[in-house]
Amino acid sequence: MKILITVRKNWVAPRFDLTSEVVIALCEDQHILGSPRTILMTRPSAEELCALIIKEGINTVICGGIEESHLQYLAWKKIRVIDSVVGPYAEALKAAVAGFLQSGTILPGAKQGGLNDE
Amino acid sequence: MKSTTVAFIDKIKISEIINGVPHGIAILDKDLCVVEMNNSLELLTGVTASEARGIRADFILRCNIGKSSKKFREVLETGNSLSVAGDIITQHHQKSPIHFTVSSIRDDSGKAAGLCIFLEDISVLQSVDGKEPNLDGVKDILGRSQKMLEMFELMPVLAHTDASILITGETGTGKDMIAEAIHRASSRTRHPFIKINCGALPEALLESELFGHVRGAFTGAVKDKPGLFSLAQNGTIFLTEIGDLPLSLQVKLLSVLDDKEFFPVGGVKKEKVDVRIIAATHRPLRELVRRGEFREDLFYRLNVLRLHLPALRERDGDIRLLLDHFLRKLNTDLGKSIKGYTSKAIEILTSYHYPGNVRELRNIIEYAVHICQGKSVKKECLPEYVFSPQEDSRTVGEEEKEQPGAGQTQSPGSPGGGWSDIEKEMILEALKKTGGNRSKAAKILGWGRTTLWRKLNRYSLN
Repeated sequence: MKILITVRKNWVAPRFDLTSEVVIALCEDQHILGSPRTILMTRPSAEELCALIIKEGINTVICGGIEESHLQYLAWKKIRVIDSVVGPYAEALKAAVAGFLQSGTILPGAKQGGLNDE
Repeated sequence: MKSTTVAFIDKIKISEIINGVPHGIAILDKDLCVVEMNNSLELLTGVTASEARGIRADFILRCNIGKSSKKFREVLETGNSLSVAGDIITQHHQKSPIHFTVSSIRDDSGKAAGLCIFLEDISVLQSVDGKEPNLDGVKDILGRSQKMLEMFELMPVLAHTDASILITGETGTGKDMIAEAIHRASSRTRHPFIKINCGALPEALLESELFGHVRGAFTGAVKDKPGLFSLAQNGTIFLTEIGDLPLSLQVKLLSVLDDKEFFPVGGVKKEKVDVRIIAATHRPLRELVRRGEFREDLFYRLNVLRLHLPALRERDGDIRLLLDHFLRKLNTDLGKSIKGYTSKAIEILTSYHYPGNVRELRNIIEYAVHICQGKSVKKECLPEYVFSPQEDSRTVGEEEKEQPGAGQTQSPGSPGGGWSDIEKEMILEALKKTGGNRSKAAKILGWGRTTLWRKLNRYSLN
């Protein structure tokens, strides 16, 4: 399974359309294979991000707020979207791989994020 | 929670004050983490204040105002307020235009203690298509018949009172639109308008949705959840299909109407609400009262002001008006350029009795616009059932049998059957004509082969 997370520094980016960095991880049997790959977008664009998701053959997207049109598009492409996630992306990835992450989850690490994360 | 956050809450009890404001408000500490936010902001973001506390505000607000943290910090350091337009992604995945006002909060010694962010939803002033905003809501309701004109006259009167309203009328007459229009024209217009279908949820879930629950109230209640009554504070709550409200909840609703307070599910503390109630039903409530299925006291409490919407067949001259309106609208929406109707089509459409009222009329026009290949809607473009109308045998007593979605099966092309049924039929017809040749069928339908293949999969015709 291929998971893409929209990130801002060490956090899940609060908005899908304003994301300029994504992390892609491969996982199997509830384990992450190898090191996650980081991709920097040339500019934040929800449309370009959707195209990247399709091109990379992503199965699951973890993100913050996402507009209905993009959500529907990804659902149509049979991509699972776990949205409105708040917290450190590494924690989100771990929870997703373990099968616990749901839309709207506020991860425990979210309250420990200070200015250093920015 | 951080110690600074706790200290801040101890000093100032602000939640009571900010909950009375109809716009989103967030109070942040020096680290730009949320300390408090009001009900309106909870409604916008879908995150409760207790969940948001201690989390960086930009992750909760999901706003686009440049480098929001940087801007917030500037306000904190300089003390100069910031007023800027931007947007946020709401809990319903909508991009909502917002006017942000950020100001600093100073403590007794004049040092920066935190920030106050005020979020004003400006979507009502800035419609997406740039058209003039529809502030009164009445503009969308069409009608020149005497019955409708009488109703238009009555609506401002109803809007300017604060009493409960009961809207009755057959299905498809526009009860929801009228309720929203009354809210928009009332003094509560800047507060939420929340609609809930009383027949759509099971009893236990409906109680939790309406009145909220506290953590641990039942299995799965892992956190406090405000009910729709709390979220509609100072606004209007629209209870549609009130006739389907379970008896136990009718008692609770009656007590909210009388006392303006209620206990959330599993809660020990009463919550006060100031909400206007508009209820609607297509079922005969008096008959339900007589049969003991609806509380008499609640009926009289809701029936303070009553608005009965006329059926379309009773609205002289409105059918033609609506036919033209929907044709124009669907032409734009579907990119068609149909000029009008043939006289035969008009004759059939104006003499049809429309048991599904305006909703059915719209469906018929949508069907015709999709099917029509010429410049005018002809008799042949109309669905078959229009020509052999079944007698509308419903009487007031029999209307009770109508339950929303109660095992209704619809044949293709029947009222409300929808475009998918029509499309499925068109595909089958084209395939029949071409002896199953998909390339030729796609050509007839004016689609690419891939589109046809996708639609065949969608309708399981493969």
